[in-house]
Amino acid sequence: MIFGQFSPAAPEITLLIMICIVLIADLFVEDEKRATTFWLAIASLAVTAWAVLASAPDAHTLLFDGSYVSDALSQVLKLFAIGTVAIGFLYARDYLRQNKLMKGEYYLLGLFGLLGIMIMTSANSMLTMYLGLETLSLSLYALVAFDRNSATSAESAMKYFVLGAIASGTLLYGISWIYGITGSLQFDGIAAAVRNDAINSMPLWFGMAFMIVGIAFKFGAVPFHMWLPDVYQGARTPVTLYIASAPKLAALALILRILVDGLGELHVVWQGMIMVLAVLSLVVGNVVAIAQTNIKRMLGYSAIAHVGFILIAIFTGSQDGYAAALFYTLTYVVMAAGAFGMVILLSRKGFEAENLADFKGLNARSPWFALMMLFFMFGMAGVPPWVGFFAKLNVISAVLNAGFPILALIMVLASVIGAYYYLRVIWYMYFDAAEDRSVFQADIDTRIVLSLNGVAVLVLGIIPGWLLTLCINVIRTVY
Amino acid sequence: MFHTILFYFFAIVLIGAAIGVIFARNPVHAVMFLVLAFFQSAVLWLLIEAEFLAIVLVLVYVGAVMVLFLFVVMMLDINVEEVSGGYTRYLPLGVLVAVLMVTELAQIIWLRSTPGISAAGFASTPDGYSNTKALGAVLYTEHVYAFEIAAVILLLAIVAAITLTMRKRPGLKQQDIAAQVAVRAADRIRIVKMDAVKPDTGSEP
Repeated sequence: MIFGQFSPAAPEITLLIMICIVLIADLFVEDEKRATTFWLAIASLAVTAWAVLASAPDAHTLLFDGSYVSDALSQVLKLFAIGTVAIGFLYARDYLRQNKLMKGEYYLLGLFGLLGIMIMTSANSMLTMYLGLETLSLSLYALVAFDRNSATSAESAMKYFVLGAIASGTLLYGISWIYGITGSLQFDGIAAAVRNDAINSMPLWFGMAFMIVGIAFKFGAVPFHMWLPDVYQGARTPVTLYIASAPKLAALALILRILVDGLGELHVVWQGMIMVLAVLSLVVGNVVAIAQTNIKRMLGYSAIAHVGFILIAIFTGSQDGYAAALFYTLTYVVMAAGAFGMVILLSRKGFEAENLADFKGLNARSPWFALMMLFFMFGMAGVPPWVGFFAKLNVISAVLNAGFPILALIMVLASVIGAYYYLRVIWYMYFDAAEDRSVFQADIDTRIVLSLNGVAVLVLGIIPGWLLTLCINVIRTVY
Repeated sequence: MFHTILFYFFAIVLIGAAIGVIFARNPVHAVMFLVLAFFQSAVLWLLIEAEFLAIVLVLVYVGAVMVLFLFVVMMLDINVEEVSGGYTRYLPLGVLVAVLMVTELAQIIWLRSTPGISAAGFASTPDGYSNTKALGAVLYTEHVYAFEIAAVILLLAIVAAITLTMRKRPGLKQQDIAAQVAVRAADRIRIVKMDAVKPDTGSEP
């Protein structure tokens, strides 16, 4: 490959080069022709995806003295992250144009965030992981504050920034403890050191607890979820779409690499902490979502509930569980991107369709897109045959195999509670009269991709086999 | 011996400068005392052969951070009386912190003087050893990936800061460098032909 010995890291290098090209090219583009930047960004994503496929090896390959790893897990997560970012850019385009926010920086910061996600998925040392996390977080803070004229955006960006800084500090404090005790920054080195009983002791657990707090903050798990609904609501919808989709893949990489790769031996110790986080997220997320009237906020609480499912899958500590977590995250990202895509579709110049009431009578306005929203809502609620059902089923069966029937019961009950607020959206769409009857202003390509996104949620649910096999194979080669 | 004399000399100046930071009435003087304190600590680092840290301390803190401090102090135009007024109010907290620090220092000194617990001093380095070179060798080989990502984060910070602060206001006075370079003398000066007028010399003697 073109990067010689560094070819396993070709995706990151390619993306960085493309970011620099977009950065320079955007200077010479006039405001009216900002679509050029959009197409350049899409081209960058295509080139990066090609680099992932062509150059990054499936087999476990270390690079840069062990601070970078390329394996099947990083490949799958990278490809999905590139895909969701591309979909997000497309959905955002019409919205940004109508609201006079069409600036190159949205795409640029989005690409920087993707670079952070890719660095995190391929991190093999705590230093790389932390730097990737900061790259991602910094671009997200700036994206949330992207609309300078909106006071709510600024407020939520400030909140996000302060809480995110505290989370980073907590994570870094945990990292410093673990580095001090094990003497290694690399996850394989930590795993080797932890096998020694003299090291596997209270101070190590202390450091690990801090790391778990940091991870839970970034995931948005209860009780570290306070930022999430506010940021979802305060940010402009395209930004919310971005935050709600691809970074979840990075969070999964964060928890898998640190807790399973690095501290897998301590499974018995971290299991309890993860369980508390997961159960609280399930209950609080689903119950509080019922009380929301703002759909972005409702989807925020629903994200918290979904994080509970992912964490429970990791809690089991089995290969089945990790595969279920991977499957759940991949499919959730597809559904979240689509649901926020619908919110964007209903918005237009000067009007943000962020209240549940804005979905009233959608069926009368556009039967097809009402059907798509129904797909996303049924998918998230976990109704068969949509894909969310299989994601939840996998997690529950992994939990049952690990021998925790009560947890499985809690998950089922939480899903039933959750079904209420998803079904309420569907009720509004089909059985209520429309309050506004304006025509959608989205371009034809946006409509096609949004439709494909909705159909994918159904098709993946009818034939989930290949993705499931892929997830199981990936986890098997990695662990 | 000479080494020890140097250490005490710079240490005393350092303590003097630190006291100056607190007692200076003028905030600009306080910042200048802080610059002096940083400089003295850099020299102390030189004395224990940590050249790289010493140079970085001068470059980063004295060169960049303190200049920013000065800018902020001058821009805020802080009232001198207001600053000195809070002195007695914060005294209890200051004493508490001081007592804590003295206790910690005493413990460390006690720990170091207990035989068998820690080494007597710094490991001596071979002649011609340069810790700047050693750091550079690790930074650009083993940690090159992290180093490059840190550079990306700096670029990202620039982009983010510009995104959030740059705005195009109407009526903004901007330089158009191309127009400035392309300008000709004829565009700037217009030579006007006028009839010569004889000055009125009548009033002069």
